[in-house]
Amino acid sequence: MVSATQDALVWLLVAVVGAGTLAFRLSFLLLFQRLDTVPPRVERALSFVPPAVFAAIAIPAVLPLEALLSLAPDPGRLLAALAAALVARRTGNLVATIAVGMTVLVIVRAV
Amino acid sequence: MRTPSPDLRAGATDMAPLLVGIAPFGLVVGAAMVSSGLSVPQALGMSVLVYGGAAQLAVVDLLASDAPFLVVAVTGLVVNLRFAMLSASIAAYFRRLPTAWRWVVGSLLVDVLYARSVTTFDRDREVDRRWYYLGAGVVTWVGWQAGTVVGIVLGTGLPGSVPFGFVVPLIFIGLLVPALDDDSTVVAAAVGGAAAVLGANLPLNAGLLVATGCGVAAGLIADRRVD
Repeated sequence: MVSATQDALVWLLVAVVGAGTLAFRLSFLLLFQRLDTVPPRVERALSFVPPAVFAAIAIPAVLPLEALLSLAPDPGRLLAALAAALVARRTGNLVATIAVGMTVLVIVRAV
Repeated sequence: MRTPSPDLRAGATDMAPLLVGIAPFGLVVGAAMVSSGLSVPQALGMSVLVYGGAAQLAVVDLLASDAPFLVVAVTGLVVNLRFAMLSASIAAYFRRLPTAWRWVVGSLLVDVLYARSVTTFDRDREVDRRWYYLGAGVVTWVGWQAGTVVGIVLGTGLPGSVPFGFVVPLIFIGLLVPALDDDSTVVAAAVGGAAAVLGANLPLNAGLLVATGCGVAAGLIADRRVD
């Protein structure tokens, strides 16, 4: 059961992450009223954040450390991820990527 | 000077088909939030105030594994740091914009809206960017929140035989792969992913943060090699 303290902490978390996120969203929109350009190095560093984060969330879910160390990857997840990556590469369509990945996972699990 | 309504409507109708991707993502995030112990008001509050699926998933995932407050907060913020980059990019399309409009544009800013809007702005010089963006942005917001509410209501009631949890990594694969458009970006993703696998057991659940830092650093180093 979630305690009252935890309950308050979750709200604090929502407030902190929400405020910070709004600050990021507004950051350069407001700064650009004064400034003309972003330092290219800063922009370049920021541009690496999405790929690094997306891969850091996706890859351990497909190939967890335990599976890697025991050389026993889950074939369903692996095949589903590969099929999804292929569809994403070919179509760039998020819905098709998810649909194909889930279909492959369900089929491999059923076999 | 055109009246705002045609461009407002154009933005809305251009965004509508993308709801097929946005609403189910919201549904998954809504279900994930209540499944990991958030109350319904907390889940709704997070959906409105944070309004970023990836960060919401990362936060509830860490909450469910009892990570310390600071780690959860910083992780959520790091995942959303990309909005600063989108903010910089979209700002270039809104050169002479009143402050009130800048708040509107920033508040609605999410990846799919950014991608849809700049594609149109690059193609159609005549469009009133403000109204187009607003139309597209409101559709995105409503579609996302509607999907989230359905997910919150269904919660753990989603059919157990379907491994819905795997939708999450698939979404990130779907966002990541089409964005791998140069060598340095591929390096950033590969290093970030590998570091996350190796760092899964780091104390304080700091794996995602450390992995992101490694990925960004690797991308910058790869840039230098190219130069």
